[in-house]
Amino acid sequence: MNAAVIIDRRRVLAGGGALIVSFSLGSALAQQQDAPQAAAPSPPGSLKTSPYLDAWIRIDADGVEVFTGKAELGQGFKTAFQQIAAEELDIAFESLKVTTADTRLTANEGYTAGSNSMKDSGTAIQNAAAQVRALLIAEAARRLGLSAESLRTADGAVIAPDGKRLSYGELVAVDMLHVQAQPDSKLKDPATFKVIGRPVPRVDIPAKVTGGEAYVQDMRLPGMLHARVVRPPSYGAELTECDTAAVGKLPGVVKVVRDGNFLAVVAEKEFQSIKAMNALAAAAKWKETARLPKQDDLVNVLTSLPSQDTTIFERSNAAVAAHRTIEATYTRPYQAHGSIGPSCAVAQFVDGAMTVWTHTQGVYPDRQGIAEMLRMPPANVRLIHVDGSGCYGHNGADDAAADAALIARALPGRPVRVHWTREQEHAWEPYGPAMVTKLKASLDGNGKIADWNFDVWSNTHSMRPGGAGSMLAAQHMAQPFAVPAPRPLPLPEGGGDRNAIPFYNFPNTRVVHHFISAMPLRISAMRALGAYHNVFSIESFIDELAILAGADPVEFRLKHLDDQRGRDVIEKAAQAFGWKPDQKPPPDRGYGFAFARYKNLAAYCAVASEVEVNRETGRPRLVRAAAAVDSGQVVNPDGLINQIEGAIVQSMSWTLYESVTFDDTRITSIDWQTYPILRFSSVPESIEVHIIDRPGQPFLGSGETGQGPAAASIANAVANATGKRLRNLPLTRKRIKEAIDA
Amino acid sequence: MMTLKVNGREHQVDAEADTPLLYVLRDDLKLNAAKYGCGLGQCGSCTVIVDGKAVLSCVVPMVLLEGKQVTTLEGLGTIAEPAPIQRAFMEEQAAQCGYCIPGMMMRAQALLQKNSKPTDEQIRAELEPHLCRCGTHMRILRAVHRAARLMDTADVSPAANGSAR
Ligand code: FES
Ligand code: FES
Repeated sequence: MNAAVIIDRRRVLAGGGALIVSFSLGSALAQQQDAPQAAAPSPPGSLKTSPYLDAWIRIDADGVEVFTGKAELGQGFKTAFQQIAAEELDIAFESLKVTTADTRLTANEGYTAGSNSMKDSGTAIQNAAAQVRALLIAEAARRLGLSAESLRTADGAVIAPDGKRLSYGELVAVDMLHVQAQPDSKLKDPATFKVIGRPVPRVDIPAKVTGGEAYVQDMRLPGMLHARVVRPPSYGAELTECDTAAVGKLPGVVKVVRDGNFLAVVAEKEFQSIKAMNALAAAAKWKETARLPKQDDLVNVLTSLPSQDTTIFERSNAAVAAHRTIEATYTRPYQAHGSIGPSCAVAQFVDGAMTVWTHTQGVYPDRQGIAEMLRMPPANVRLIHVDGSGCYGHNGADDAAADAALIARALPGRPVRVHWTREQEHAWEPYGPAMVTKLKASLDGNGKIADWNFDVWSNTHSMRPGGAGSMLAAQHMAQPFAVPAPRPLPLPEGGGDRNAIPFYNFPNTRVVHHFISAMPLRISAMRALGAYHNVFSIESFIDELAILAGADPVEFRLKHLDDQRGRDVIEKAAQAFGWKPDQKPPPDRGYGFAFARYKNLAAYCAVASEVEVNRETGRPRLVRAAAAVDSGQVVNPDGLINQIEGAIVQSMSWTLYESVTFDDTRITSIDWQTYPILRFSSVPESIEVHIIDRPGQPFLGSGETGQGPAAASIANAVANATGKRLRNLPLTRKRIKEAIDA
Repeated sequence: MMTLKVNGREHQVDAEADTPLLYVLRDDLKLNAAKYGCGLGQCGSCTVIVDGKAVLSCVVPMVLLEGKQVTTLEGLGTIAEPAPIQRAFMEEQAAQCGYCIPGMMMRAQALLQKNSKPTDEQIRAELEPHLCRCGTHMRILRAVHRAARLMDTADVSPAANGSAR
């Protein structure tokens, strides 16, 4: 520990009785924030928006509790947050309790999305913990009449030089932590970390592998009823006729709920609700309209819709002349989140107050939407996050929460559990949007890229609630809420244009985002948003240019990249893979490489892969992959590896197999038969993930880092194996076969 | 009313005869491990063991189970005393969201009960009916291999053997 903590306590009573304690700190090892130092420095991470320390950490005689406004979605960050708090508080990891998103208990951290949880919430918890520890030391110093510098902390207590211990529980007094965070914290020196940086086993796994109650799907409240929704057969279908009397008489049925085009049935037992749902679906008559576009003509469909065009990046250097120019168009279809456990929620309406247990990614925004739908004040609606099946973005979670709330309101007092069917999840979830990119670039006389033009057509990548109109139940009610107008997500993070600006240095560059507001299919945020397709396009095209230049793909990338951390992951992945210039893969195999820095401001990831292609059938198989990742300061290395392994495998499935299918009226990919994904026979032989740790650097997050590079790496390996470039996702067996035969 | 033998105990179940086993387990017996994923026999998340064989509980009506032994993940072990397969999944940290995992574990358990030293190929072939959306496959495979080794050692001390009762 260097730099002594100087505590200068000025007790000021602020509005609402809040006690503000200000203290200045010596040169702290504070995490540098991306935000430029503005006039009034604000505290880091989500402390900016929820500055009170006790929004994050509460201490009483029973122990220490950590709060996060983020939701555990299977990324394991609950464990990471617990590690961070244990480290900065100097308290045993096991003794901490972490509470996640709950509108009554935790800070409003918006959505758990964009790989931002570590950056937002992890940073807030780290700084809050450090400041709480400083307050506890100051209090101990006051009580003992000793200087703060003479005290140390260990195991949840402040310890004096003579060995006297004052536990945190003894030290903390009412409201002592109800103070605003300071801009700077005295963080521990990463070299002394005992818990951060360790592969601590995830806290949620034991229950999940022994049949514990682990998910919202497993909730059983006393007197709980089971509901099922009957969704329309297609977008915009109208319920013209429905005789509910017969269904109402089925065994166990408690109620049929109809509100305009919203139709649901509630029963005592779960299977009774399923049988009643089937009967209700058979009784319902719908008027449908053909309004879906041609699935096979994606490029024309998207590029001919009206768009709002913005040049998001431009750089020119007339001195560099183009010699050889190539162009190409890449496409991505609509793709499904496809959670293994369909969406589910439990709601209960008691004395005018609604409580909803949900696996939403945003308890606060979702509460807003549900309150609006029910025309209730948000204060009377409480949303509690409970783990669900992995969601990978905005799936049916929020819709199921709205369904449950609408149904529960009709049955005051009784908790109601709604579980979507597989077919409903597949047909009604908001998909990852289809995208088109057109690229054109030239090499100069020395085989370097002289100019680069990139155009991307896309919908928005977030239609998450904020208002009721984002939710199906509210759209289907007799007095429906209109779907809100879509908006592009702003750069630097971006939506359709996420990662559209190349991270490489090209002398002439132009990037145009064509934002399409018409949404023929229901879409929203899917893991990595536009970055998945943009990185696929950029990194495929870089390979096309490398081939044109006769250069090795790895060397070609390095030639255009100045960023040292980027260069480091590229070199690490290449070395781990055993990449060599001029290497010859075995027959029918190919090697591929790709790199990206997620959002151009978060984690760095490079992936090298080996793919085998069966020339007879066209069937591609990822044989092995080696990846390198730099996610800043690593909190839990095993958790990070798990995320990147998962990203590569998931992206491989998107990239080789997946597209939502539809005719002119209905979605036709409505289960795992019609929307096939990866199965074990296609799982690679090995995936190696190498971490480049950056102690003391900001947490960068990792959940969405690997998908783009994995896709391009696989596509480049397919091209390397077959000599044919495939530019339309997914790279199916059929398309590869056709390319080979062409 | 029907008698159903689950995890070594007899239960009187009052459910309609066509109710799939999955709903009896979850709704009547309040067991969590078998999960609803599709109800169509396409994903494996509802897998349990019936008389030593892995079975998709979402498509088997309760009436067909008269006199048979049903084992769910709960019947193998607990957090305090995990069965080898559970220990292996904990040690390999073989889960992301974990929703698919109980089903995978039950099929792996059934495999290991009849073949204590499966090859990697055999494990992959056996798990083919199972989907995982988080991409946890590499760890799942490692965990099944580890479970095989653990069960091998556990055979020496039968008390620690967590095979289906
Ligand atoms: S839920 Fe039984 S196979 Fe999917
Ligand atoms: S771990 Fe999430 S579906 Fe397999």
